[in-house]
Amino acid sequence: MNKKVRRFGQGLLIVCVCCFFLTMIGCAKKENKKKTENSVNTGKNTLTVLNYGEYIDRDVLDTFEKETGIKILYEEATTPEEMYAKYKGGAINYDLICTSDYMIEKLKDEGELKELDIDSMQYYENIDERYLKLSKTFDPDNNYSIPYFWGTIGILYNSKYADKPVDTWEALFNGDYAGEIIMQNSIRDAYMCALKYKGYSLNTTDKDEILAAHELLLKQKKDVEAYFVDEVREEMVAENATVAVCYSGEAYLANEYNEDLQYAVPKEGSNLWIDSWCMTKRCKDEKNACKFLDFLCREDIAMLNFEEIYYPTPNKAVYEKLPKDVQEDTLVFPTDEAIANSEVYKTLDKDTTRLLGDLWKELKVY
Amino acid sequence: MIKRFVMRFYVVLIFLFLYVPIGILVVLSFNNSRSRAVWGGFTLKWYKVLFMNKTIIHALYNTLYIAFLSALIATLIALPAAVGIVYMRKKQVKVMLAFGNIPMLNADIVTGILLMLTLSRVMNLGTTSILLAHVTFNIPYVLLSILPKLKSTNMSIYEAARDLGAGPVSAFIKVILPEIMPGVISGFFMALTMSMDDFVVTYFTKGAGIDTLSTLIYGQLKRGIKPVMYSLSTVIFLVVLIILLIVNYMPRDSKKNR
Repeated sequence: MNKKVRRFGQGLLIVCVCCFFLTMIGCAKKENKKKTENSVNTGKNTLTVLNYGEYIDRDVLDTFEKETGIKILYEEATTPEEMYAKYKGGAINYDLICTSDYMIEKLKDEGELKELDIDSMQYYENIDERYLKLSKTFDPDNNYSIPYFWGTIGILYNSKYADKPVDTWEALFNGDYAGEIIMQNSIRDAYMCALKYKGYSLNTTDKDEILAAHELLLKQKKDVEAYFVDEVREEMVAENATVAVCYSGEAYLANEYNEDLQYAVPKEGSNLWIDSWCMTKRCKDEKNACKFLDFLCREDIAMLNFEEIYYPTPNKAVYEKLPKDVQEDTLVFPTDEAIANSEVYKTLDKDTTRLLGDLWKELKVY
Repeated sequence: MIKRFVMRFYVVLIFLFLYVPIGILVVLSFNNSRSRAVWGGFTLKWYKVLFMNKTIIHALYNTLYIAFLSALIATLIALPAAVGIVYMRKKQVKVMLAFGNIPMLNADIVTGILLMLTLSRVMNLGTTSILLAHVTFNIPYVLLSILPKLKSTNMSIYEAARDLGAGPVSAFIKVILPEIMPGVISGFFMALTMSMDDFVVTYFTKGAGIDTLSTLIYGQLKRGIKPVMYSLSTVIFLVVLIILLIVNYMPRDSKKNR
């Protein structure tokens, strides 16, 4: 009798769990069914796209599928290096990749990219000339990439604790904010600060200049509270540090939560980054791929993406439609003077990369 | 007295260590601000957003579908395997178990890369490849949880059932299976949680456009995890807690009755 009770109980448990899972699956399946039906209808009409995480308004993908019948297989990655590994791994054939300036240059130099058919794109002219010019650092003829979003690296500081507005890299190196500094935990972003402060180019391959920057960073290390990447914004909002090297997009969000946080691109100049779309040489359907890129340039679509991401957009049709206070918000769109001295990263040659890597290791264990 | 205080204090400390992070997660899921450092008041909006968000629900569906199916398939494969191993000679058992354990002891990243290399040769990576990969690493867990139960079962009852006229299949299902059921169930749940947890193997074997919860959350790391993920984690934690309570409650009850 007792055994029967136990068995009954066990049976009941299994049934309960199965029911729970089946309902969950059932609920989600409705959604899924629509999607699979769509892909059946369109046959092999698909594009595989690789982008940074949270870097698009998902409705844009649905709209594109509805308008053209082309299904988007959407993939996300965290860093340009991860994208490179995923693409080179070859397990998935990516048609389109959105990645950063220097990674596009690297892919192009390795012959992994296909030229875009820009003439077929009806909305390409929405992209401001200014950004196409800036893109020439990594894509000299503007025929491999289309700018998507851009931004700067600068100093995020807490105006409550800083005596005067911070507008120079000097603040990081003169000891005023000892123990209150957050640096970026990535090689080029860290060395860029010191190189720019010294007045050198951030793409320098001159060994002496790099060593001088290294000296500076070694001296600075005792003043640095931490080397962070993703945590910078939250640490600053929580007021755990006074100055931080920070991406402009993060700075905007930080200011939303804590009004004392201000952002400035140092007057010595800084890094200006551009994330752009490019087409890989494995892309089988160039026509559809260009259609998608063109779609992203369309005013209403670019507007949706801008509102979702709130990074500066290179799309002038969107920019012109924005209210004046957004256009003039230097947290979103830095002024021309602010970025006059800024440069875009170029891929460094092997020796320089190795030198920087070795120096960085030395700096981190020092 | 002091000794007792220290003992209690130590236990409390350990439980704090285990449960404070979960508490923080639950609290943050009700935070009206997107920032982790600012408390913007109480809200349920993230739960609303969670159930409206197609991407997350789709990833949840993939996770549950793969976890449930892979656990089921692994159990169905491991059950006859366990019976076979019990009837083997001692030396063979050792060899079998050693080979069976290798996939479990292997680092996840090695398993992931191996499976990616193998599966991408045979098929296009997609949901099926994730499923196959999960079945692969689930089998040893189920096997190891069924074997001890089976070993402690007296196999004579099977022969007795045969003597009394039961066929081999019905003797197994009616006599042996109920005896080892607790092992089968715990193996199934173990496989279920292992599959739901897994990130590394899924990351390598997934195809384009397919995300499980773990890979979806990983993709968000660049621009900061959205609070929606906190609410989702809270829901999953609650569901697991309820299942755990039911599972733990059952055997205690039956022992008392005995």
